[in-house]
Amino acid sequence: MEALRLEIVTPDKVVLEADVDYVGAPGVDGEFGVLPGHIPLLAALSIGELYYRQGAETRWAFVAGGFAEVSGNRVSILAEAAELSSDIDVGRAKQARERAQGRLQAGPGKADVDLARASAALKRAVARIHVASR
Amino acid sequence: MPSLKDVKLQIAGVGKTKQITKAMGMVASSKLRGAQGRIERFRPYAEKFGSMLGDLAARTEGAAHPLLLAHDRPQNVVILLVTSDRGLCGAFNVNLISTALRLAKAKEAEGMSVRFVCVGRKGRDAVRKTSHEVLESFTDVMGSFSYTLAMQLGTLVSRLYTDHGADEVYLVYSEFASMTRQVATALPLLPVSAAPAQGGPAEGEYVYEPEAGALLAELLPRYVNVQVYRGLLDTSASENAARMAAMDNATRNCDELIATLTLLYNKTRQASITNDLMDIVGGANALQSQ
Repeated sequence: MEALRLEIVTPDKVVLEADVDYVGAPGVDGEFGVLPGHIPLLAALSIGELYYRQGAETRWAFVAGGFAEVSGNRVSILAEAAELSSDIDVGRAKQARERAQGRLQAGPGKADVDLARASAALKRAVARIHVASR
Repeated sequence: MPSLKDVKLQIAGVGKTKQITKAMGMVASSKLRGAQGRIERFRPYAEKFGSMLGDLAARTEGAAHPLLLAHDRPQNVVILLVTSDRGLCGAFNVNLISTALRLAKAKEAEGMSVRFVCVGRKGRDAVRKTSHEVLESFTDVMGSFSYTLAMQLGTLVSRLYTDHGADEVYLVYSEFASMTRQVATALPLLPVSAAPAQGGPAEGEYVYEPEAGALLAELLPRYVNVQVYRGLLDTSASENAARMAAMDNATRNCDELIATLTLLYNKTRQASITNDLMDIVGGANALQSQ
């Protein structure tokens, strides 16, 4: 079977470049899968987990939102932050989760608490922890 | 003629200055390599992003996204000025600041009010001395910034633009053209002028998820971040290249100064020996003639 070329690119580096058989990505309208021969697609991604299959193996990665472009058996993921499951700093993610939960609990009473930002941070932290545990 | 001791002290002093300038030059060159590496690593992301946006813009022509639309009768201009935190880098900061102030003057001549957002201490200090308001400033960040800073700045100016606090936003940064050439550049940041993809839309019809308009709304704010990040990276590389050149010059000047002073030292020493000899000979002659 033909392979898919998957690349995950962030502003700081190319996180991954590999030939894979299948990619599952967290679209904003729900998860979608890409197999070789997929029609050209441009999709927005939400904060979540991305996985790809190489033979019998399935690997996971964290993406903090971004875009996926599929064209001609090439899948390009553009994310503002992305990490492979093995590169995730779980300790830091757990700290971030607690911090974000604290902010959310402090509630809308305080003017300096940016709820949207805190809930995005919480989402990122939870997704990171989840990916790392895969 | 100065005393021997004075000249010796001066030589030692210049020597120490030379050590410092040399060390600073070396630090700058290693930082420059780091900054160039970051530019290299950012390029795939930026290029991909630009082509995605161009492609999408070509397909959603006339799309009404707030960041694309120019405001009627622009009143307020915001200049995002990126400079370094520290000096000793030649005319680098002066060039950036004068470019920004020239732009501000031109906009004021058109009857608009100009406000600043400053990154880097040098720019902030210079703008504070003028009559322009500094909306926000970020200092001590140029040494080690991450993409988060670009996101912060991008969000800040995008919000200003959509809230009509700003009708035009410019980014003044230093373009890293080469090791010896850094160009202070004023780039119109908002409204976004999306250049349609070079060579027309890519082959094949794309499926958009969500639909093209919503996707564009996701892309545009991030495109602002991308441009800001590129400005930050270029400025940081330029700063270090400029500092390297300045320190090279300074080190060379120190060498010259040391050579001149050493010559003076030797001449002074010679003169004092000659004087001593003349005293001795004169004294001996006086004794003999008695």
